[in-house]
Amino acid sequence: MALMAEIAAQAVQMLLVLAIAPLMLGITRKVKARLLRRIGPPIWQPYLDLWKLMHKEAVLAHNASWLYRTAPYLVFAATWVAAALVPTYATNLMFSWSADLIAIVALLGTGRFALALAGMDVGTAFGGIGSSREMLIASLAEPAMLLVVFTVALIAGTTQLSVIAETFIGGVGVRVSLGLALLAFVFIAVAENARIPIDNPATHLELTMVHEAMVLEYSGRHLAMIEAAAALKLMLYFSLLACLFFPFGMATKDQSEIALAIGLGSYLAKLVVLAALLPIGETAVAKMRVFRYPIFLGSAFAAAALAVFLLFVSRGGL
Amino acid sequence: MPVVVGLWCVAGFIAIAAVAIAIGRFSRASALIYGASLLVSLAALAFGLQHLIGAGFPDMVDYPLGVPGIGAHFRLDALSAFFLVVINLGGAAASLYAIGYGRHEIAPLRVLPFFPAYLGGMNLVLLADDAFSFLVAWEFMSLTSWALVLANHRAPENVRAGYIYLVMAGFGTLSLLLAFGLLAGPDGSYAFESIRASHPVPFVAALTLLLTLLGAGSKAGLVPLHVWLPLAHPAAPSHVSALMSGVMTKVAVYGFIRIAFDLLGEPVWWWSLIVLAIGAITAVIGILYALMQRDIKRLLAYSTVENIGIVFIGLGLALAFRANKMELPAALALTAALFHVLNHSLYKSLLFFGAGAVLTATGKRSLEDLGGLIHRMPNTAIVVLIGCAAISALPPLNGFVSEWMIFQAILVGPQLPQWGLRFMVPTVGALLALSAALTAACFVKAYGVMFLGRPRTPAAEAATDADRFSLSAMFILAAFCFCAGVLPGLVIDILAPVAQSLLGARMPVQVHLPFSLAWASILPIAESRSSYNGFIILAFLVISGTFTAMFIHRFATRATRRSAIWDCGYPDPSVATQYSSSSFVMPIRRVFGATVFDVRRSLDMPRPGETRPGSFHLKVWDPVWRYFYGPVARLVLRSATVLNQLQFLTIRRYLTLVFATLILLLMVVAAWR
Repeated sequence: MALMAEIAAQAVQMLLVLAIAPLMLGITRKVKARLLRRIGPPIWQPYLDLWKLMHKEAVLAHNASWLYRTAPYLVFAATWVAAALVPTYATNLMFSWSADLIAIVALLGTGRFALALAGMDVGTAFGGIGSSREMLIASLAEPAMLLVVFTVALIAGTTQLSVIAETFIGGVGVRVSLGLALLAFVFIAVAENARIPIDNPATHLELTMVHEAMVLEYSGRHLAMIEAAAALKLMLYFSLLACLFFPFGMATKDQSEIALAIGLGSYLAKLVVLAALLPIGETAVAKMRVFRYPIFLGSAFAAAALAVFLLFVSRGGL
Repeated sequence: MPVVVGLWCVAGFIAIAAVAIAIGRFSRASALIYGASLLVSLAALAFGLQHLIGAGFPDMVDYPLGVPGIGAHFRLDALSAFFLVVINLGGAAASLYAIGYGRHEIAPLRVLPFFPAYLGGMNLVLLADDAFSFLVAWEFMSLTSWALVLANHRAPENVRAGYIYLVMAGFGTLSLLLAFGLLAGPDGSYAFESIRASHPVPFVAALTLLLTLLGAGSKAGLVPLHVWLPLAHPAAPSHVSALMSGVMTKVAVYGFIRIAFDLLGEPVWWWSLIVLAIGAITAVIGILYALMQRDIKRLLAYSTVENIGIVFIGLGLALAFRANKMELPAALALTAALFHVLNHSLYKSLLFFGAGAVLTATGKRSLEDLGGLIHRMPNTAIVVLIGCAAISALPPLNGFVSEWMIFQAILVGPQLPQWGLRFMVPTVGALLALSAALTAACFVKAYGVMFLGRPRTPAAEAATDADRFSLSAMFILAAFCFCAGVLPGLVIDILAPVAQSLLGARMPVQVHLPFSLAWASILPIAESRSSYNGFIILAFLVISGTFTAMFIHRFATRATRRSAIWDCGYPDPSVATQYSSSSFVMPIRRVFGATVFDVRRSLDMPRPGETRPGSFHLKVWDPVWRYFYGPVARLVLRSATVLNQLQFLTIRRYLTLVFATLILLLMVVAAWR
């Protein structure tokens, strides 16, 4: 019975992240619209969009291969699994030991690999430009992300997310290295989720675009999968931010109903706050030129590297 | 007597080579020779695996051959058994592949005798147990592979590649010769057994390590000794390229491990600083240059440089931990390096086979001439995709597991007491992360330009899939990549005797009964609480992916329509408007350009009104040629010119010189005593 309960808890987590991911996107868009003095679409608009896309017929180019058709499902599956492995409202989920933070970062890499290949499948200039830039951003952001992983892993003594969250709830004090890691993480999250100032999720037909150029040829249910994966990825970064840097409220050892309810409530509250903060940051800055990305991501890398160096010279490892 | 079985396999390879000389001119000979090589490789593979799994005791045999008084010693222990597995797995796959691929050979007599001899030479290096046999086998391996590089000797670039390879191989063997000379000491005890028993003074040991790094590193492709790899590996026929890149570099790694971990005794901590620094630089430089390549085989050769760098990072970490008596992390780092050795031999052979299949089908090696092959070579496209994903360290495939283990070893780094290492280890970690991310970009480019998009030339449009033998070799390697990624615990347990025999410690037992959900997860060190389970990740991916697809097809729609490319409403029929290899990496070239690359561009833009075509030329050079080999070559040439005068002296002057030398040497000896 205990096994069944654990599987159920894991399933609830998987469905939970899937269910609320579009909502977070909706909130983000709504807040952004209000900041720009527009009314904006209702916050459940992403659900309607996904529903509509799913029911439309998929239009494929004549020379689209099987890779083009399977990539959206692979991207979605990889992102979903990664998102489901991040502790949200409770730690010690059943499968949390099967992938640590490094594996979660790498799973997102698997998704990106598939999507970048799909962007090149039809053989258009737009697809190529998107894939090329996506891989540029990834090759600058991923090392920085791994250094952030190192920072939290060195403080907690493990790369296992559940244990990291529990250690941090137990209190590790205010640390300079964690502050630097947070700064780097925010930069990386902005870049990885194709938000301003790196990319603009709201534009089409603009030569500065990255993610949208890569998926330009997609339509129908395939596009729905990619949009859902993008929403899940945003959600994953919100969850990671909450889990790594603001883990309070999460249900740990005590898995009673009350603790779980508190965990769930605080998790949702954290998400809403983050979803509202993102567009505030986005409206405050302007989109960057492509060749300024290395400066932006390089500073994230430098901050994370500084954090790791601080830890390496100041304390013992795993 | 297990080691004798190994020697019989070597003898088998040499016998096949002899037969190949006799019957090589007949048209059916190729399949026969490669078939026989396949059988002998499989036998050696089974024999190595049996010794490794059975964790047998080291087995030795001496023959009164070779230099009088030394004899020839051969020995089989866990380390050689593991490398026997790696090499013969690659050798068997290459033989199987070549049964089909070898039919296209223009001059079979230039390949057939050397191929089995080359395999035999590599096997003999692993079994040798004295410096003399080791160097003879090593040189035999170098020379046979050199002959294979020159299989197509009419192309001028191959001749240049062969020349540079010969120079580098000679330099490497010379370094190893000096290293063994130092190890043997003044008594000249060349058997490994007596070298192990002696303990060289620290200065001599450090010098030996440096010489080994030069000798084994020049064969493995450590920066800046890597220059011959991208020239020589592509020049050979593709199954030989796979062996040279995927397998022979592993023999070099074996040589380094044998000397640094086995013969030299206890390491000093600062040795690891050198190994780590060289490994990290090699990894990043290798992959950055791989990114810039347009020739698929050169790209793969540079990527080999990167992977060797990753292996040396693992070995450097193992040395650092071992010097500080931290056996468990040392076992983790060494196992990670060996796992990466195995992984790289699997996917690099696979990718070279894929490149060979494309080369056979289209006659093109440049990425800019390919495209759209996923439609025309569907089977090759699948296996190469698996190889590209595996080399890019993507879960749930095998490349990720070994990199994950190296990252786990790096995270133990703060426990190291030395400040130098505490700064070096995180730097290496950051560079390793950078090279992993760049690898993904590199192979998205390679696969995307080669197999996806629209065909860029008529040759690419008319391609057909590879033959049965080639495909089965590739599918087998892809299956190994897959299994090693999903069930890494099995591989780690098989590797345990190697770490046990070299370090006296091993990683925790990964696969244990009873069967449970945690069965396939891997643990780096028992106390650390990190784990990874490729099997569960795969199951999750498959279940969620298929569930979603079925759900949508069932409850939403599965209607599909084919139409013309949209491309924002302005599709261009010209295939030249696609992103090419050079344009794909242009942002990365610009980001790293000023510091790492030696880029020469020339742009010729006609003025408005002029009717001549514009042109743009781009050449990316390896700066090591300009800043390292250029000066060295000039120095050699200048001193040769000066010394050339010695050639034209009179007999009296020669006699004077001889006499002066004699006096000088006698004085040195007198002063020494």
